[in-house]
Amino acid sequence: MATEEHSEGLAFHPMDQFIVKPLFGGDEVGVLTVTNVTLWMAIAVLGIVALFVLGTRGRAVIPSRTQSVAELAYGFVHKMVEDVAGHDAVKFFPYIFTLFIFIVFSNFLGLLPKAFTPTSHIAVTAFLALAVFLTVTIVGFVKHGLHFLGLFWVSSAPLPLRPVLALIEVISYFVRPVSHSIRLAGNMMAGHAVIKVFAAFAPLVLISGVGIAVTPLSILAITAIYGLEILVAFIQAYVFTILTCVYLKDALHPAH
Amino acid sequence: MANTTHTAADTATEAVGHAAEAAGHAAQSAGMPQLDTSTFANQIFWLVVALIVIYFVLSRIALPRIGGVLADRQRTITSDIAAAEDLKAKAVEAEKAYNQALTDARGEAARIVAEARAEIQKDLDAATAKADAEISAKAAESARRIDEIRAGAVESVKAVANDTAAALVSSLGGAADDKAIAAAVAERMKG
Repeated sequence: MATEEHSEGLAFHPMDQFIVKPLFGGDEVGVLTVTNVTLWMAIAVLGIVALFVLGTRGRAVIPSRTQSVAELAYGFVHKMVEDVAGHDAVKFFPYIFTLFIFIVFSNFLGLLPKAFTPTSHIAVTAFLALAVFLTVTIVGFVKHGLHFLGLFWVSSAPLPLRPVLALIEVISYFVRPVSHSIRLAGNMMAGHAVIKVFAAFAPLVLISGVGIAVTPLSILAITAIYGLEILVAFIQAYVFTILTCVYLKDALHPAH
Repeated sequence: MANTTHTAADTATEAVGHAAEAAGHAAQSAGMPQLDTSTFANQIFWLVVALIVIYFVLSRIALPRIGGVLADRQRTITSDIAAAEDLKAKAVEAEKAYNQALTDARGEAARIVAEARAEIQKDLDAATAKADAEISAKAAESARRIDEIRAGAVESVKAVANDTAAALVSSLGGAADDKAIAAAVAERMKG
């Protein structure tokens, strides 16, 4: 790496963008402290209100542009819930839509320069994933009682295999929230960190002759990764939501 | 997708590690801020606030509104299609009625034409018959007059012949016997 030679000029702080800091001075981050997390979540909330409340206030049969975007998002998630989790899952639609739209807004707002991405934090995604996990488990037990445990008992497998499969199923069930949360936070964090690393190489031309080659390359790389990140921002929100639907389907129809 | 991004994550983490090792002054931020548990409570608190706000705004205002608009649109489209079907049926009906009226009018016209023709024919026939009768009456009259004239002429000729015969007989010195003369003239005129 070129860093060895130019460490005095290049500053590598790829993780600094993830630091949670108070907005109005001070170092302590208490529970109620207004931080950059608060700011960017508030921006996301305002964006959501602007799109879904102000954008649809015309209630027009022939929609305006913002209203058709809102309708598109509604139709997209509604169809996903109905197709994946079944018709009786539609009553969970507002809950799933809330998750989806919060993640989408956080992911895309996080792509703005200088922005903070709440969904790149494991605390946030783990909370979301645990909420899904608990909801799904409670719904499963409420709707099916102990029959819900049939989810782990693969009745189509040969009898001697069933206890082994049950163990695997239980483990995989409890790993769900882990993978569910790390997938989202990991993707967000990785993309942003990679962009930052390339960005650190960009001013190399000011320091050394090698920069003539490195700077355009790193700018090109930032552009490419940014394009990929736009894709990832949507896909990860989609993946999180569709997995929520799949888990919900398991809770509503636990039969294998 | 997940696999590639996972690899990206690995590379990123590696790069981050390298960078952190290389840049000495970055040491204080070498740890991932994500693992700084002191900020967890704060993040989760604001997350819960944000989610509750979003959930209530969406479930109370936005989603019923959008659902209503979509249902309205569906209904409008359905009723418009039904109305269009209705109008189409009406148009077909109207066309049928128009064609029916046209056919009726044609039939009526043909009937009137036939009637008029028959009437004219009748008038014509009557006129022809009347003319024929008049002509035949006139012809008969003419024939009668011709006969009369002819008879008159024969009579005249007979009288002249009688007179002439009587004159001839008397000029020859004979006594003119009218009866004998008339018989002789009649005899002659037959031949």
